[in-house]
Amino acid sequence: MTTEVLKAPLVVEFPFTRSLGPVQSAFLTGLREQVVLGVRTADGRTLVPPVEYDPVTAAELRDLVQVAPTGTVTTWAWNHAPRRGQPLDTPFAWVLVRLDGADTALLHALDAPGPDAVHTGMRVRVRWAAQRSGAITDIACFEPSDSASGSNEVFGHNGQFESMVTGIVAEARLDYTYSPGRAQTDYINALAERRIVGERCPSCRKVYVPPRGACPTCGVATAEQVEVGPGGTVTTYCIVNIKARNLDIEVPYVYAHIALDGAGLALHGRIGGIPYDQVRMGLRVEPVWTEGGRYPDHYRPTGEPDADYETYKELL
Amino acid sequence: MTREIAVVAFAQTDHRRTSEELSEVEMLMPVLHEVLDRTGLKTSDIGFTCSGSSDYLAGRAFSFTLALDGVGAWPPISESHVEMDGAWALYEAWTKLLTGDADTALVYSYGKSSPGSVRDVLTRQLDPYYLAPLWPDSVALAALQAQALIDEGYTDEPALAAVAARSRADAQTNSHAQLRGSVPHGDYVVRPLRTGDCPPIGDGAAAVILAAGERARELCERPAWIRGIDHRIEAHSLGVRELTDSPSTRLAAEKAGAFERPVDTAELHAPFTSQEVVLRKALRLDDGVRVNPSGGALAANPIMAAGLIRIGEAAARIHRGESDRALAHATSGPCLQQNLVAVLEGEPRHDQ
Repeated sequence: MTTEVLKAPLVVEFPFTRSLGPVQSAFLTGLREQVVLGVRTADGRTLVPPVEYDPVTAAELRDLVQVAPTGTVTTWAWNHAPRRGQPLDTPFAWVLVRLDGADTALLHALDAPGPDAVHTGMRVRVRWAAQRSGAITDIACFEPSDSASGSNEVFGHNGQFESMVTGIVAEARLDYTYSPGRAQTDYINALAERRIVGERCPSCRKVYVPPRGACPTCGVATAEQVEVGPGGTVTTYCIVNIKARNLDIEVPYVYAHIALDGAGLALHGRIGGIPYDQVRMGLRVEPVWTEGGRYPDHYRPTGEPDADYETYKELL
Repeated sequence: MTREIAVVAFAQTDHRRTSEELSEVEMLMPVLHEVLDRTGLKTSDIGFTCSGSSDYLAGRAFSFTLALDGVGAWPPISESHVEMDGAWALYEAWTKLLTGDADTALVYSYGKSSPGSVRDVLTRQLDPYYLAPLWPDSVALAALQAQALIDEGYTDEPALAAVAARSRADAQTNSHAQLRGSVPHGDYVVRPLRTGDCPPIGDGAAAVILAAGERARELCERPAWIRGIDHRIEAHSLGVRELTDSPSTRLAAEKAGAFERPVDTAELHAPFTSQEVVLRKALRLDDGVRVNPSGGALAANPIMAAGLIRIGEAAARIHRGESDRALAHATSGPCLQQNLVAVLEGEPRHDQ
């Protein structure tokens, strides 16, 4: 049996708010003020971008020094198809740039007309972003420069600024196409027909609902489909008193573990059609489907006598 | 007293551009069963289980706990997970066996790159302050390293194309590989790297069984003994590193004993052609060493598993009697940031 693979777009966004240490804070605040800072190591090297600890000795670094906004390309790569989030949306060169006064190189973009205009050793300078907030993107990119290398200009900034930047929000978004795999595809397709199907382990015979394709006790594939329910038994429950965002359900309500008839473990669902304080272990329930719903909206009492504890104690 | 530990079995999936019809555990389980079958062990016989994977690849939170269903993890087993290539899971399992707490270990790893955009996903492993906001993708960073190698005269574009062609030609005898035979070298992806210089994007899984001492001899006719294994890391800032060299690889190889005697085979985890140039230099591999007879990561690169596969492929050649002393290498991070080296040996064959 082949069923069409189910797919759905899945967007994962994680905007982390990150605090900065003293060196990163000075560096990013400096970029906001169009000042590039490095940090000096005990052996006299100047690291740009600056870090809090020496990458060789792990010694704490705090000696900030200003370097030039001009520098030399140490390596490059031509990016003819910029991707989302990258510094420029027209073709550009990725570059490592050793700024004048620095001993290490900074990664950024170089705005150049084409790969023939870029070479290792070429001179470049910072192009500042019009709007700056204290982030690496305050450098919009680099651009070609005819400045001489090793200029003797004196820069004396010590890294102290009015209103230091102390944190950044690192935005991130990744786009996926989610596909649930064979077992869950079959489960979801059955739900669309208002049937709940589990899968039986060929070894221990336990029926998993929802199925995930494997029996975690035996470590073997499950494949034999078993329709379960529609009736089931409340094995345990809780009373929810806090309204969830984006959920149009009056509190208090009951959320329960429900062992559907024939299932080897309980799934969970909301109990409706009965006052919240009358729900109990052993209550017999059945799913309530709503028009267009892809899964049971909730479960309601069937009116059958309560199940005997012995019949569901293994499913708690 | 140091215990002798060996790779006694290896299995891998066929690596494919997509495995969308399978969940991760569904993709992984046949490999787990295959590697167990090779030793006759059952899951309940395994002393320690360790896996490597990353939820970012497929965008599934806690996918490694779901994957555990495939090993029969209930009731609870002795188990661990690393958010790294499975080669590092193998390292953890090796240390576990060294302690004497277990005699056998199951190591597996898997990666499904097909649901997402792996070039973008890998930007999230970078420094969040100075690098990640620029979204420098994995090919761009490798291309910066490649250009540095070209500028310094270590390689050129035709030499890189030759690495690609040799790898895919060798992969013709590897039925698991994704890219085999004659593959056009293609256009620039990020110059100087062309399509052919980059690894295929795909899904796959691999598993290895380790055993200690006599247990290894019972389970395998010719165990691949781990004579040394070590891993080292470099600074995370690319501008601090010497991109044309890999001191971390060299140090790991030295600590693993790789330079004590020549190896006959090397399985190198070099997803980009230019990285093989760096690794050959760091590992001092001459033309007498058979490099990546499997086709390497240029033929199949299931992220999080491709490093473990290098150890598995090297071990399998020893199992089959095709190698007596092999080096296996795994890498992690941009431009070969972190590197693991293992030296594997078979005992003298009776027919010699």
